[in-house]
Amino acid sequence: MVTLNHYLTLSALLFTISVAGIFLNRKNVIVLLMCVELLLLAVNFNFIAFSRYLDDPAGQVFVFFILTVAAAESAIGLAILVVLFRSRRSINVQEMDALKG
Amino acid sequence: MFTDLLFYGIATVLLAAAVGVITVRNPVHAALCLILAFVSSAVLWLLLEAEFLAIVLVLVYVGAVMVLFLFVVMMLDINVATLREGFLRYAPVGAIVAGVIALELAYVIWVRGSALPGDVTLVPRDATYSSTEQLGRVLYTDYLYPFELAAMLLLLAIVAAILLTMRSRPGLKVQDVAEQVKVRRDDRVRIVSMKPESE
Repeated sequence: MVTLNHYLTLSALLFTISVAGIFLNRKNVIVLLMCVELLLLAVNFNFIAFSRYLDDPAGQVFVFFILTVAAAESAIGLAILVVLFRSRRSINVQEMDALKG
Repeated sequence: MFTDLLFYGIATVLLAAAVGVITVRNPVHAALCLILAFVSSAVLWLLLEAEFLAIVLVLVYVGAVMVLFLFVVMMLDINVATLREGFLRYAPVGAIVAGVIALELAYVIWVRGSALPGDVTLVPRDATYSSTEQLGRVLYTDYLYPFELAAMLLLLAIVAAILLTMRSRPGLKVQDVAEQVKVRRDDRVRIVSMKPESE
């Protein structure tokens, strides 16, 4: 029988994989954005599992908002990426040192 | 029993796709793996009877966001080799951080999770139950104000994305609507008085 813990464990594994992905692909902004999408997907899994097991539709409302924010985030992120590539001819994070941070 | 097998099978596919996203060399393949991850998550959300959100995930993510990702990946001419160097150098740090996070999450879920409704047996909802209707009922009453804020956020994202990527190229022939509206008769028509000519 699949319990709440199964879903929570699956979501935790997904979250861990995407955090590892952020470290592995430190230079490639596109894969970094994909890893952020995976992180948000893992969080959405928790919300939907709790919403089902506690029988409360409010959890699904939060998934709805997270999907909205994630869509806006990836649209603006990719737009910034296109502008960046147009001016620098590269998307390497290591070369983005114009602010001397 | 069937749903258990479905859960384990789809969860395996989901985790494999997630590992694929972070390890494959080609960003196009990473985007395709991410699409597989989204589709298998949508199946798992259907198992949790969140039908509306599962459909939204497929339509919005696979249909719009991932197409945008693929479009950007293919439009940019990326040198994969330089982006991949350091992949193995960062691997130990990533493994350590991921291990710490995994331990913390395992502690929260399996040790401190006794307050969770762990062994609730899910009763399948009857065919007349509509998750869309339930979601809409809550969304348009208790969460009306956040819902309108989300709409504003999407508008803001549209404006920002267009503004960021729009550029004015010199020598481009475009319509100037303000100039067209502002025009007077005197700018265009010249009345010349001339003698009628007779044959």
